Amino acid sequence: MTTAIDAKVTTQVYRVFIKATPQAIWDAITKPEWTERYGYGGRAEYELRAGGKYRAHAPEPMRAMGAPAVVVDGEVIESDPPRRLVQTWRALWDPALVAEGARRLTWEIEVAGPGVSALTVTHELEGAPQTAATVAGNTDLASGGGGWPWILSDLKTLLESGKPLQG
Amino acid sequence: MTDDDRVFKALADPTRRFLLDRLFARDGRTLTELESELEMTRFGVMKHLRVLEEASLVVTRRSGRTKLHFLNPVPIRLIHNRWIDKYTERRVSALVDLKTQLEDTA
Repeated sequence: MTTAIDAKVTTQVYRVFIKATPQAIWDAITKPEWTERYGYGGRAEYELRAGGKYRAHAPEPMRAMGAPAVVVDGEVIESDPPRRLVQTWRALWDPALVAEGARRLTWEIEVAGPGVSALTVTHELEGAPQTAATVAGNTDLASGGGGWPWILSDLKTLLESGKPLQG
Repeated sequence: MTDDDRVFKALADPTRRFLLDRLFARDGRTLTELESELEMTRFGVMKHLRVLEEASLVVTRRSGRTKLHFLNPVPIRLIHNRWIDKYTERRVSALVDLKTQLEDTA
């Protein structure tokens, strides 16, 4: 019973509506030439099959600040393009986050209307308070706020306008 | 009505802001939990939650037989981004520069 209560307090759910096809959104999540154009700009590497590896490489500015070459890693649990991707996700840029370990992350893409898709990201963060605080972002304007809200709004801006928020 | 209109309309009501505040304090709540904190009928709370869902400020997920309500900050983020772009980018960066200068000389 405790697990169920914990799960609902520690799961984070984000949804964004994007004027794009499910396939375009799927590509933007899984292809490195897309992932380097929004959010933190790291090149993602997905082996899109159950048990496949996931890695996000640090972009140059992050490397310059001392980040490891691979900033996030994980494993693909389920890949059903272009609708559903389930994976684990572990942040590697801080020893405290590494210690919290990998957590489950689910991407769901649905058609929400003519030419509009809904992307829902569910991050299960039980027992990972520091990872939870990091991915939730903050209200620091200068740094863009960070976290999933910033990454997902940047993804929307890129797909709808062809340009990321800053750049 | 645009997406932004829905968000502003949803935020323009104190009960709905209270519901968002409750979810901010602790996310993933059931209707019954949310209802217990308001002097309002279950139907009334449901109506408010529906407006929040239509604005995408609340996203529901099923967990077994219970429906959990989650706060979704992305629509607010999007409005914030547009305002930063349109009106305040220069002012914010000027303030950041000023802060940096003052801290450097201190």
